[in-house]
Amino acid sequence: MASLKDKLPAIDPRGFVLPLLLIVVWQAVTSSGWVDTRIIMPPSAVLSAGWKWLNSGLALESIGASLFRDASGFVLGAAAGITIGLLFGTSKLANNVFGPTFHTLKHISIFAWIPLLSAFFGRDDLAKIVFIAFATLYPVALATIEGVRSIAKSQYEVADVYGFTPRQALFRLILPAASPQIITGLHLGLIFAWLATMGAEFLLASTGEGLGMTVIRGRAAFRVDLIIFGMLIIGAFGMLLNELATRAESRLLHWRGHAR
Amino acid sequence: MSTIQSLDKPLVIEPLASLLPRISIPSLGNLPARFGRIGLGIIFPLLLLYLWQIATERVWLPPQLLPEPAFVWETLVDMVSSGELAGHLAVSLQRVLWSVLIGGSIGLAIGFAMGLSKTAKAYLYPSFSLFSQFPVIAWSPLMIIFFGIDEALKISTITVAVIVPFAVATYKGIENVPVKLREVGQIYQFSFAQTLWRIALPAALPAILGGVRQGAMQAWLALVFVELLASSEGLGYLLVYARNLMQLDVVMVCMATIGLVGLIFDFALGFIERHFSRWAPKGR
Repeated sequence: MASLKDKLPAIDPRGFVLPLLLIVVWQAVTSSGWVDTRIIMPPSAVLSAGWKWLNSGLALESIGASLFRDASGFVLGAAAGITIGLLFGTSKLANNVFGPTFHTLKHISIFAWIPLLSAFFGRDDLAKIVFIAFATLYPVALATIEGVRSIAKSQYEVADVYGFTPRQALFRLILPAASPQIITGLHLGLIFAWLATMGAEFLLASTGEGLGMTVIRGRAAFRVDLIIFGMLIIGAFGMLLNELATRAESRLLHWRGHAR
Repeated sequence: MSTIQSLDKPLVIEPLASLLPRISIPSLGNLPARFGRIGLGIIFPLLLLYLWQIATERVWLPPQLLPEPAFVWETLVDMVSSGELAGHLAVSLQRVLWSVLIGGSIGLAIGFAMGLSKTAKAYLYPSFSLFSQFPVIAWSPLMIIFFGIDEALKISTITVAVIVPFAVATYKGIENVPVKLREVGQIYQFSFAQTLWRIALPAALPAILGGVRQGAMQAWLALVFVELLASSEGLGYLLVYARNLMQLDVVMVCMATIGLVGLIFDFALGFIERHFSRWAPKGR
């Protein structure tokens, strides 16, 4: 195990200049009264509003509700995406019959599905989770197709020689061999799922709780402090998910070594 | 995949080049096979259409939820011939165009600065990579407060969406310029402008064009979102408006239009990208 100092990259202080400058300017213009502080709140107001919100118990509920939607949609979408990807990757017939429809539909921006989904599923959790699953499905499926197609012919021949059953071929050859791409697709899917969670909560704001809905209600009530704080939390969770996915990816793919 | 992966993760869909149909001149030998494949691809949509027709005839779902295919077609013809669809489409495309121009310029500037100057990179890169991790969607409520719900909101939100892919592609394109080329420039004592125009720009062009395509796709995605959120004209507005009146025929026409535009963007820009990649430097 390397020491912590070795693992951390050298930090260049010049990187802090811009963010600090931003905060200083922000604080300066708000405290000097050059701008309407109802629209541009001072950083301290944002922090105190955020602190109050975090302590209110509402925060935990909102974050929990959003993460629950995100996770349910992601799991459903990832399972469907891998299944579709395996089907398209292994069966030429399936690819020829369903492929063109599948690849044409992917050009419809995901958010354009929201009005139609809301007509069918309402504005509650069901519609949101279906939408998140849908947003996850495409990157996962596309990556899985790529992964399955990149398996070398010789690997299939070995499986043939050993007389693998289809089941064995799936679990011993196809899934392991395609796993790098599948995991990359899952990583991308995770980012998309979070994006879709926020999009769904903004566009399908209903009576429930959620990070996105807190922010969008903050907008309706003109609570700029809450909006900014909510944005920071949304971004922080996005980064956290991304970081976790990156770590999981490198750990899961450790067996491949560094050679590409 | 290149070495710096963390930057391009948020929002950027890696184009799966292998899935894009290649334009090739079919020889007579594989012509029947090609037609066979196209024929197979048409079966499924036709089947869906048939199922849709049956479902509406037997009223499996209320007609508000599932309008008849013929009715949707009529709506499409109506909206095209009355110019309604074209009007909203023009508004949306104009927004995308402005945003791509503004966001593209900013993104190019950031990308060039980070790619060409180590000092600029030291100052910009940490902030930029933080900024690139924030989903555009999260910005939109704040933008509504600052810019209201008018044109400025749409342009600014879409612009933010465009900056990241442009900047990332440009930066990577320049960073991957072969060292040999830079050395040649040094030997000839190129000025900064010459280095930029004669070496950095041509060598990075294929990567930049990739960024243009991704930027346009991101712009289209963000446009639909922001028009759904707050708008009084444009395709997204029409979608919400029709949904609120439960005119799902109009909703479907809008979705098809959005898909078609996305498809055209992808194909046209992908074609340009491939055209210019042919003379891209291969070695490092």
